[in-house]
Amino acid sequence: MIAKRIIPCLDVKEGKVVKGTNFVGLRELGDPVEMASNYSKAGADEIIFLDISATNEGRQTMVDIVRQTAENVFVPFTVGGGVRSIEDVNRLLKAGADKVGMNSAAVQNPSLITESSERFGAQCTVVAVDAKSVGDSWHVMTHGGSKDTGIDAIEWVKEAEAKGAGEILLTSVDTDGVKNGFDLDLTEAVVEAVRIPVIASGGVGKPEHFPEVFNQTNVSAGLAASIFHENTFTVKEVKNVCKQQGVNVREA
Amino acid sequence: MIAIVDYGMGNVASVKNAFQNLGYEVTITDSVAELEKASHIILPGVGSFKAAVQEIEDRQLKEPLRQLAKDKPFLGICLGMQLLFDRGYENGIAEGLGLIPGEVNRIETKYILPHIGWNQLQIKMGHDPFTPFQDKHVYFVHSYQARTEQDYLVATTDYGTTIPAIVRSGHVFGIQFHPEKSGEVGVGLLKVFMEETK
Repeated sequence: MIAKRIIPCLDVKEGKVVKGTNFVGLRELGDPVEMASNYSKAGADEIIFLDISATNEGRQTMVDIVRQTAENVFVPFTVGGGVRSIEDVNRLLKAGADKVGMNSAAVQNPSLITESSERFGAQCTVVAVDAKSVGDSWHVMTHGGSKDTGIDAIEWVKEAEAKGAGEILLTSVDTDGVKNGFDLDLTEAVVEAVRIPVIASGGVGKPEHFPEVFNQTNVSAGLAASIFHENTFTVKEVKNVCKQQGVNVREA
Repeated sequence: MIAIVDYGMGNVASVKNAFQNLGYEVTITDSVAELEKASHIILPGVGSFKAAVQEIEDRQLKEPLRQLAKDKPFLGICLGMQLLFDRGYENGIAEGLGLIPGEVNRIETKYILPHIGWNQLQIKMGHDPFTPFQDKHVYFVHSYQARTEQDYLVATTDYGTTIPAIVRSGHVFGIQFHPEKSGEVGVGLLKVFMEETK
């Protein structure tokens, strides 16, 4: 059966991998192509680049990074961040990305999901959702998790699926950066609401957090950034812990 | 020189990169003259069966590809593998290259489609060069599958139903998953194809 995926995420700003998505105290960590290649060799099942560049030059640089990554990395990779139009999707896919993630633009204009899905296929159309707990429900947040749209997150993932999304990249704004584990309630609620794969993101502080989310929810993949970048843990260590706890993972 | 057939169905750069990574010279072309000069023909592809057949016919490549497959090692990848068979039923019926007997239909499974992600190979008996890849994970993205005779199956995968993963008829090979996206295992399988057709 299909293996659960372990996905390192690289935040890229103006061509460099940086730490911290809150735009404060950003620290450069290295070259994105080199880091993606190393993760792929270490057993990552997929790589996600999140472009947080603020300039057009930065976005153009991202296209070059995608091209170079396609030449050097032989596992699937996804690019998200700053995708506003079908032309952006086309440009990134043409450069060699396997999937493209859309976030705020999809919320503002859900037909972008349909357009991408019909033109390029659902398998490369990823909708990224940042959700925050508000009362008894979760709201969709945009603009890097800072703006509450008031939209119910569960209703939104259902709509995204109906519009043609092939996968949901779900980030919990509440657990992101806290390092206390994935948001299990949110992840379970989203996984049960859709029939497409869901990637859980936000909150990993140690390898055990992966088997926890895989064993307690039907999520397809788990994403983490800092535990891999700071060399605290390798992908292989995470997979070993998963295996010990009965999770079906790919042995690289 | 390995020739990758360029017929407008999907990004072929990754396939080229994977072969180059193994040290081979690769060209991407839709010219019959170029294909005739090549040692190996690779037919990649992402999209629907019928659209692919149309693109191949528009470029007047169908008969040349059939002829080339008679004496050159030939590898179809993903949709390119499906095109090796007699016909496909995606968005209506279309005639494939007919290099391996069989048909391509939608996967019938209780699981969600597309079948996307890392799934494990089951290698059939009698295919020794492939046995090191038993239980290895490779990366699939598809909703349709080949239905062919046992004799042509080299490897299958299980997705609530048995799906042909690698097929072979002499020097004509087909790979349903994406070897160029399957890490070292995928690159290793491309190497086996090259060694088996030396």
